[in-house]
Amino acid sequence: MNKPLKQHLIDPEICIRCYTCEMTCPVEAITHDDNNVVVDAEKCDFCMDCIPVCPTGSIDEWRVVETPYSLDEQFGWQELPAQAEIGSSSGVEALDDAMEALLAEAHKGAGGKSKAPATATKPTVNLYNLGKPATAKVTGNFRLTSGESGSDVRHIILDFGAQPMPVLEGQSIGIIPPGTDAEGKPHLPRLYSVSSPRDGERPNFNNLSLTVKREVQGLCSNYVCDLKIGDEVKVTGPFGATFLMPEDSAARMLMICTGTGSAPFRAFTMRRQRAQAGGSGDMIMFFGARTPDSLPYFGPLNKVPERLLKKHLVFSRIPGVDKEYVQDRMMVEQEAVANLLADPQTHIYICGLRGMEQGVELAFKNIAESTGLAWEATRDAMRDEGRYHVETY
Amino acid sequence: MIDLINVSYDTQIPNNVGLSNDKRVLKALEKWHPGYINWWNDLIPQNFQKSMVYLRTAVSVDPKGWAKFDYVKMPEYRWGILLAPQVEGRVIPCGEHAGQPAWQEVPGEYRNMLKRLIVIQGDTEPGSVEQQRFLGLTAPSLYDMRNLFQVNVEEGRHLWAMVYLLQKYFGKDGREEADDLLVRSSGSEEAPRMLGAFNEETPDWLSFFMFTYFTDRDGKMQLESLAQSGFDPLSRTCRFMLTEEAHHMFVGETGVGRVIERTCQVMAENGIDDPFEIDRIRALGVIDLPTIQKKLNLHYTLSLDLFGQEVSTNAANAFNAGVKGRYMEHRLTDDHQLKGDTYPVWDFVDGKLIRHEVPALTAINMRLRDDYTRDAAGGVGRWNKIIEKSGIQFELKLPHESFHRQIGVFKGKAFDPDGNLLSGAEYDAQRDNWLPTRADGDFIQSLMKPCYEPGKFAGWIAPPKVGIDNKPGDFEYVKLHMA
Repeated sequence: MNKPLKQHLIDPEICIRCYTCEMTCPVEAITHDDNNVVVDAEKCDFCMDCIPVCPTGSIDEWRVVETPYSLDEQFGWQELPAQAEIGSSSGVEALDDAMEALLAEAHKGAGGKSKAPATATKPTVNLYNLGKPATAKVTGNFRLTSGESGSDVRHIILDFGAQPMPVLEGQSIGIIPPGTDAEGKPHLPRLYSVSSPRDGERPNFNNLSLTVKREVQGLCSNYVCDLKIGDEVKVTGPFGATFLMPEDSAARMLMICTGTGSAPFRAFTMRRQRAQAGGSGDMIMFFGARTPDSLPYFGPLNKVPERLLKKHLVFSRIPGVDKEYVQDRMMVEQEAVANLLADPQTHIYICGLRGMEQGVELAFKNIAESTGLAWEATRDAMRDEGRYHVETY
Repeated sequence: MIDLINVSYDTQIPNNVGLSNDKRVLKALEKWHPGYINWWNDLIPQNFQKSMVYLRTAVSVDPKGWAKFDYVKMPEYRWGILLAPQVEGRVIPCGEHAGQPAWQEVPGEYRNMLKRLIVIQGDTEPGSVEQQRFLGLTAPSLYDMRNLFQVNVEEGRHLWAMVYLLQKYFGKDGREEADDLLVRSSGSEEAPRMLGAFNEETPDWLSFFMFTYFTDRDGKMQLESLAQSGFDPLSRTCRFMLTEEAHHMFVGETGVGRVIERTCQVMAENGIDDPFEIDRIRALGVIDLPTIQKKLNLHYTLSLDLFGQEVSTNAANAFNAGVKGRYMEHRLTDDHQLKGDTYPVWDFVDGKLIRHEVPALTAINMRLRDDYTRDAAGGVGRWNKIIEKSGIQFELKLPHESFHRQIGVFKGKAFDPDGNLLSGAEYDAQRDNWLPTRADGDFIQSLMKPCYEPGKFAGWIAPPKVGIDNKPGDFEYVKLHMA
């Protein structure tokens, strides 16, 4: 094992030595001496069974290490060692490499290592994996775009019954398409951003929603878009530990998206709407689509009050009207955007097709520099403070 | 097919025991239910009953499902009947029937013994809720209030667990015993709770933390040994209860730890390094370490009494019958029958304390008490680390087992906390240095002022290191109902 790996550890300052985790672990990876309760990195397979049974929260500790801490080292600890600096791999978005790689790719537009907002709720990741997926039941599948629009975007509702699915706004889940690939192996999960808030698509139901666009040759998107009510779906996740919303109700949020990139922003907005955060921190959205009838959630979105969410819906294919992209509208609104850039309460989120990144960056650069801010430095500083987030595909 | 993992909500009583197919027991429990709800409603002050409390509820008994958090009003908490999954091929782990298949029904010859064990266990559960009923009024934070109510609703659920066994397996007398559990009441003159420690009131939060640390730990040890029972439904019930019990241990250990931490912090801020400058320390609104030691002495020794006589034929019979095992029986490697084994037990011979070997079978209580003491010592060590970190010279200690005892071989004799025998006069002269006095109690009581603002804590206790369910520091754990 010569690559950095994630090691599961227990915080000895918080653990009360009740050994509930040890008794729960199905592979006997947890053991104790008179001093500490410890996890054997050789045996732990990240099944996460020990996480919810811990009464203290001491068990949910992870370090990325070159060489795992041995049992003897852990027995000797009075406190947990800090995370050592190891390359760029210390943010744990997912515990399996394939999912982490997908998320790293999606987040690379931020220009460096993403960080979660300082006040974000601590996310759960990898509760379910390929070997141990959750089974969800489809309880809704609605077309969000008109038949004429040429774009088939679906609102899918999945119910998890009695299986816990603690997903936060901005996180993704994996859907495992049925069948096998050319080599006879099961398909890897495809990631979809959750579009409902943490307390469920319907409050206090254990369900969530996805916003999925049918791709012509898309194996998984066609599978998902064709799901019928009552169908069962294998799900992994949740994944993602940085593209999250601040819990601070005074935080301001600037959200820029195209198409199904609106999914996490629907979740953010509904979270704030349900929490009635007091409205001190505003939310502004730039949302681009070809036409109103291909813009997911066009109807419901228009019903969200402007005092909660300031909406700029921007269209590029309305006959007889000049093409307008999100970056064009940002330039029109440059005073408001500049004001947001200058405010340390502001969190920026960009989500959608990879192609939108360049134009949006350029708009930011123009606006920042017109007020005397160096864009790259501003962006990097915001990112390091967990205030600049990109998720594109 | 009955789903034995996930909780079913198809009856009024959430359960994973297929209650909807068991009409007789369902009916009996539905009859018992209103009495329980009345008991609960009469107990805890109304404004707390109407408040939204961030509690965990089990949605299944596998690891992923038993800690689901949400806001709920306590009277609407889903008290249910949850048994750990049945282990295929489980055998009786100890005693003369060791190795035979575990009983799924009550064996006739042990019926009374089992019923008595279940009733005693069941009686402690509502007892502690009764003792703690007014603590919400003086909660040092919403976080602590949530922890208190979590402990309370889960003790309530543990009562349900025992009542289910009585209703399901013990017919008419089981039903009567179940009703009596709601009739007896902590501290009552005419119908007190069965065990002494559950009739003492819990007047303040330090007492609550000490109680959950020391007395609930006795409960944990009892559950551990009942989890080893050859009567499988009892074993499965207790195994699931233990996962909840761990939270109660957590509340006790971190509660006392946070009191100590705050005292040390305030002493340091004011340049006090002598822990015995009690008046100066108290004047700063924190509880001095010597008083914490006295509270520890009291609660530890009261809890030791709960283990009964050191040498006990009742305990021997229960073990031999396979009705109650030892702590971690499944990890012990002896014959599980204790034929010919001995165990050292305290005795008092010619004016001296000695440990001498007795047949291990008769020393089951002593052994469990030793396991308890080891378990309890761990947290004391961690409290001392907090003191050590602050640089103050003071060490908390468990007193010797002979100190301040009302049951067993030490009863009626005066020992100091180091285990030296004293005359009555010598003991009386020193007693106030070892056990809390009325004045100590009055001082602690004077600090008990509620602190209900999210994220704020009373001045005598430090905030916790980690929030419940990973919540941020100012999370509103209880949305108080303001009448």
